[in-house]
Amino acid sequence: MVIVGAGECGARAAFALREQGYAGPVTLIGAERHLPYERPPLSKDGMAAGTDSIRTIADAARFEAAGIALRLATEVVSIDRATRKVGLGDGTEVPYEKLLLATGARPRILPLAEGSRNCLYLRTHDDAGAIAQRLRPGARIVIVGGGFIGLELAAAARGRDCTVSVHEALPRLLARAVPQDIAVVIANAHRANGVDIHCGVSIAAITDTDHGVLVGMADGAAIAADLCIIGIGAVPNAELADQVGLAVENGIRVDEQLRASDPAIFAAGDCCSFPLPLYDGRRVRLEAWRNAQEQGALAARNMLGADALHDTVPWFWSDQYQLTLQIAGLPDEGARTVRRDLDDGAFLLFHLAADGRLVAASGIGPGNSVARDIRLAEMLIARRASPQAEKLALAEIKLKSLLAA
Amino acid sequence: MAEWIEACAAGDIDEEDVMRFDHAGRTFAVYRSPDDEYFATDGLCTHERVHLADGLVMDDIIECPKHNGRFNYKTGAAKGAPVCVNLKTYPVKVTAGKVLIEIE
Ligand SMILES: Cc1cc2nc3c(=O)[nH]c(=O)nc-3n(C[C@H](O)[C@H](O)[C@H](O)COP(=O)(O)OP(=O)(O)OC[C@H]3O[C@@H](n4cnc5c(N)ncnc54)[C@H](O)[C@@H]3O)c2cc1C
Ligand code: FES
Repeated sequence: MVIVGAGECGARAAFALREQGYAGPVTLIGAERHLPYERPPLSKDGMAAGTDSIRTIADAARFEAAGIALRLATEVVSIDRATRKVGLGDGTEVPYEKLLLATGARPRILPLAEGSRNCLYLRTHDDAGAIAQRLRPGARIVIVGGGFIGLELAAAARGRDCTVSVHEALPRLLARAVPQDIAVVIANAHRANGVDIHCGVSIAAITDTDHGVLVGMADGAAIAADLCIIGIGAVPNAELADQVGLAVENGIRVDEQLRASDPAIFAAGDCCSFPLPLYDGRRVRLEAWRNAQEQGALAARNMLGADALHDTVPWFWSDQYQLTLQIAGLPDEGARTVRRDLDDGAFLLFHLAADGRLVAASGIGPGNSVARDIRLAEMLIARRASPQAEKLALAEIKLKSLLAA
Repeated sequence: MAEWIEACAAGDIDEEDVMRFDHAGRTFAVYRSPDDEYFATDGLCTHERVHLADGLVMDDIIECPKHNGRFNYKTGAAKGAPVCVNLKTYPVKVTAGKVLIEIE
């Protein structure tokens, strides 16, 4: 068994092979030099804390104890499907019986920023280190992109007393994934914390200066900054699959068992697009931590012949300042929204399809105030339940009771 | 030295639910199982120090509110990624309608 990509998903898959009782060789190959680690802290408390903290998924001893051959700082450059071998950057080959591609995603590049020394992206621990080093008190930081990474970094940069502005080309923040009501709460939190937010403006020019960078806007404004951080989305690492003729469609195309268009090859995590049974097989690609874990574990089982379906409810969280947002399901599947207000300004939104089925739930509030209800909503969504809208709206009615119904 | 500390009244916790209990600078989670028994563990998740009492109890499991890490609250056993370090558990008894936990 060979796994390409030693991130959240690849590491989970490697351990899952052992948990499933597989005793043969397992090789986990990763391009980064670090032990597999968790990415979410990179833009959150990890960034707030500074450069050196890295939260590994398991230490070297655990990989060794599990008999997982870890090849770090090693890139897979080719796949030979006919002879079932992967080729490494150093010219050597590793044979496989089943192959898992867990190659993740990388930041989308802003062509205007090409060649700039003062524009950075965030995906890896090393990226985070480079950014953290430059978030000095008083530093002027321009963030391009009002998505999760940009906004979490904005919060972290404010925590380090930087001057921060966020520039989003679309009319509002988090337009792709987050309902308007919640995006408004997040925008207000940023404003209250002194972040300057501009929506509906695109970037027209980026020029390095002696001490930083000049960011020119389409409306003619120009902002001088010490550092520009670009967070305009991610693209799947699907080139390796594409090169050898595997189907690629917004990522490596897999079926509901996470099998690519070659039955000996699976793909999982941020690099793949897959059909979601929950929404009649709608094809999606998720960039979410729990999805990477779940798919890694499931791919491992299916590499061993389990033929299990990936039938799950997408789930995502983000932390900004004291607020945590959680989303279960895909809100854009909903035709109408029911709101439930909780204590301390926290609230939940239930997204119902036209036929009344609960298809998604989202919530925001201080700390973990929405977590339990989002988890219960997730169970209702998984059951394809159609709870009464009136009951969903009332905080006195426990969601657990709707689950029992 | 271990001593028994009153955490709450038995009726303060619903069946299949959890409550936070702070004592002497420490924080605990006290559980009532679906079959009406009481248990106690350390209050913070072993992954990122988050209060488990904000999480969801299902049967023998407490699920962390932050990233859905799971523990068996009766034994403290971590039930898989992202949590891999077990939770410490504490003896519990119910006397005269009070839930007491034994803390050293
Ligand atoms: C800063 C940041 C914050 C995040 N915050 C959240 C959050 O709050 N909530 C949430 O749900 N999700 C969050 N995510 C998303 C989550 O981290 C990802 O969904 C998850 O890491 C995906 O795991 P993966 O293993 O599929 O990909 P990755 O973690 O990207 O791992 C893929 C690995 O494969 C390696 N690789 C690629 N190609 C090759 C090759 N040819 N040979 C060898 N190795 C290769 C890469 O170097 C990389 O190490 C965040 C992501 C980032 C970057
Ligand atoms: S903090 Fe509990 S699972 Fe992460």
